[in-house]
Amino acid sequence: MGKIFKFEKDVDTDQIIASQYLLFPTIDEMKTHTFESLDSEFASTVKPGDFVVADENFGCGSSREQAPSVLKALGVKAVIAKSFARIFYRNSINIGMPVIVSKELHEAVSAGDEMELDLEKGVITANGKEFQCTKLPAKMQEILDQGGLIASLNKEE
Amino acid sequence: MGMTMAEKIIACAAGVNATKAGDIETVTLDRLMSNDGTTHLTIDMYNKLKNPHIADIDKLVWIVDHNIPADSPKTAASQKKMRDFAKEHNITFYEGEGVCHQVMMEKHVRPGELIFGADSHTLAYGALGAFGTGVGCTDYLYAMVTGTSWLLVPETLRFNLHGQLPEGVYARDLILTIIGRIGANGANYKAMEFAGEGLHGLTMADRISICNLCVEAGAKTALMEVDDVAMTYLEEHGRTPKACFTSDEDAVFAAVYDIDLSEIKPIVAKPHFVDNVVPAEECLGTHIDEAFLGSCNNGRIEDLRVGAAVIKGKKVAPKVRFLVVPASRTVYKQAMKEGLLDIFMEAGAIVMNPNCSVCWGACQGVIGEGETLISTGTRNFKGRAGHKDSFVYLASAATVTASAIAGEITTADRV
Repeated sequence: MGKIFKFEKDVDTDQIIASQYLLFPTIDEMKTHTFESLDSEFASTVKPGDFVVADENFGCGSSREQAPSVLKALGVKAVIAKSFARIFYRNSINIGMPVIVSKELHEAVSAGDEMELDLEKGVITANGKEFQCTKLPAKMQEILDQGGLIASLNKEE
Repeated sequence: MGMTMAEKIIACAAGVNATKAGDIETVTLDRLMSNDGTTHLTIDMYNKLKNPHIADIDKLVWIVDHNIPADSPKTAASQKKMRDFAKEHNITFYEGEGVCHQVMMEKHVRPGELIFGADSHTLAYGALGAFGTGVGCTDYLYAMVTGTSWLLVPETLRFNLHGQLPEGVYARDLILTIIGRIGANGANYKAMEFAGEGLHGLTMADRISICNLCVEAGAKTALMEVDDVAMTYLEEHGRTPKACFTSDEDAVFAAVYDIDLSEIKPIVAKPHFVDNVVPAEECLGTHIDEAFLGSCNNGRIEDLRVGAAVIKGKKVAPKVRFLVVPASRTVYKQAMKEGLLDIFMEAGAIVMNPNCSVCWGACQGVIGEGETLISTGTRNFKGRAGHKDSFVYLASAATVTASAIAGEITTADRV
């Protein structure tokens, strides 16, 4: 079980990690500033295994891979949204962080609720209800299964 | 069945005769651009690879443009890592030359190429009929090492442009109008293609501005067919096409829009979303603290000419900072030659070196709590230009310059 941190639609990558932190030398130095402008306590309260749940178009804007990377570094287990902006979606899979499309979950949960994710079955359980996850395209599932694009690159060679 | 421009470029890069929207293709990249926003992380990952190598050094272009000159020891360290790596591996490298996309347009992009840029505004290259798309550093690294990547072939939204923009209305107004119409995710996963006789009347500066901003509708790429205007630009810059593609008459589009350019009006995108657009008139009188003329969207010589014509003989309003940032060294030198920088400086503007400046809100010109910026930059997201509780309005070079004079949002015909 993990706790839900809930966000609304069109959360852009500047909100996830602001430009002023992107040239910090490492993701670990950036991660304490995650969601700083939207929820200044997020980085200090999120625990490994927690979830981010959002409305439409999560991760729009810049191509900064730092956005999914700081979430992963803080231990966010998956981001579940009604839809994702394409670069964020691809970056997340590439670094091995599950991004899941669910049209129903956002309306059915509140911030602070607990949820469970069974990635193999593609099922989310929250507030006593089950929600089906939309399947990843086969190519992306393959990358995720290998632990990300770099892991698959190391395997290829 | 006919193919779209996007399908043809991908098919060419994949070495197949045909492809269609929804297919996944393995493509060989023609060019790989990366800037100081993420390259230090790419290098860290590269150094941890089991078998680090680079498929084709000649395809890499690295550009320091986001925080140049460096604003802190941390930035300096990250940029040093990039500079040292580029030197060690003999990678084409620019620093202080300009904003990455402007430098790419001036020196590298060729029609028909498939280009990955580790920056979302890579879509700008569509102005020369190239498929540019933004990627993160892991995708970039994979392409750098293997020379290839995979792409989901996008559907295409086709925009047929008719007529001419009225005087005092610019490409920026047009693309903001379109983004307002289709929304911030209206083109998510899709290509935006522009065609029609109205396209041929647009300058290269206009075209770059339009393609560049399509990512704010979520687009994967933006494309324009190569006509005489594009060919002239290419020849002036000493390059030739890889291939010039156009969509077939029977190509399948996800949607077709007909846009009458003569109906476009000056537009402002209000905080905090690029699709939050209104006619500029609805924002008249909004107090501003800073104005910014520059960026990969509107920092070209044509934009500086527009701004200079508006402000010539006038002054920047008291207590307002007006930042003028040419998009490249070439633009800067041309603006000097034409006396434009004199005009800006005599008016009280702050003229700065070519870089991303306050458009990316981390280097120069950032705004403080409660402050308002009007900008020709690419985004107006919450906190994009500095403090999280600040406000960014987006508009054309003319509207931004007029607002700098008035100290409040206004249009060029009112100052």
